[in-house]
Amino acid sequence: MSLDLIPLAVLMGLVTYPSRAIPLLVSRVERMPPLALAYLRLVGPAVLAALAAANTVVRVETLADGTRDVSFHLGPEWPAVALCLALVAWRRNLLLGIVAAVAVVALARAMNLG
Amino acid sequence: MSVIVFAGAAQFAAVGYVMGGFSWVGVVLLTAFLNARHLLYSAALAPYLADRPRPLRAVMAHLLTDEAFALTITHFRRVGRADLWGYWFAAIVTTFIPWNVATLAGIALGGAIPDPSAFGLDVVFPAAMGGLAVALVSGRREVIAAISGAVLAVAISLAWDPAAGIVAGGLLGPLVGLAAPGRPLGRAYPESALPLADPELAGQALEAGKAGDPRGPRDGTGR
Repeated sequence: MSLDLIPLAVLMGLVTYPSRAIPLLVSRVERMPPLALAYLRLVGPAVLAALAAANTVVRVETLADGTRDVSFHLGPEWPAVALCLALVAWRRNLLLGIVAAVAVVALARAMNLG
Repeated sequence: MSVIVFAGAAQFAAVGYVMGGFSWVGVVLLTAFLNARHLLYSAALAPYLADRPRPLRAVMAHLLTDEAFALTITHFRRVGRADLWGYWFAAIVTTFIPWNVATLAGIALGGAIPDPSAFGLDVVFPAAMGGLAVALVSGRREVIAAISGAVLAVAISLAWDPAAGIVAGGLLGPLVGLAAPGRPLGRAYPESALPLADPELAGQALEAGKAGDPRGPRDGTGR
């Protein structure tokens, strides 16, 4: 195992930490106007949905030269995620939704559908 | 890297860039850009944690990931207040430990592990994020913010970059949601989410002589 990349990991950690810490450490939440609090309340659903959508229909491939190819992808993942969302909304059970999504994708790939 | 950076997307991207011979400066800049979304997570959790000790919040910040945020914000919203044990469980037990154990397993076992995509395991992340977003929805504004965030994220990911798409979806989706009619803005956070509404913390503040805080009562409305 090479240790050459540890300084790079430290640098990556140093640029990552401020984005995680600054709002938690310096925000004056009690002085925020209601509009700002309402905005923050909507951040959760918005950013989680953004992560889900981008990781479902956007495919990123790293090419041999290190550059990335970004493309739109409609495979078995999107009906699987849609099924998960429906199950969570209906049964309020995230584990059930994830298991169903995995089963749909595994089945589709076993049948060479994705 | 899994301990120091502890951010999956940036780590995966860094591996590709290092193998492609990119400079460290490029990798570090890419990492900062990819992880900018953590600003949103941190800001959304801040109202719940404002009166916790600063050193504690500094430690909590290092463990803030997509998964920890998703589980924590859902839990905090469900119980209506900050629950530190809930945060530690989400951040350490369900994320930090498995991530680092899996990293060690990958180093040790490497090529012996079959392609996980054949088993559909790559869909776990988007399904979990989407499912947790559904769990956070409690009104029209949340639905609109979530749908807007998703659409914007995909569009901007394709037009520019996936990291930018996710940040833009998280930033702009709530603005679209705010424009929709919904509950009065004053109830954005439950009263108990704001620190001095917690009787135990309020008692501690009284003992510390903060009862005369000129900022007045924190009733969750910001007024």
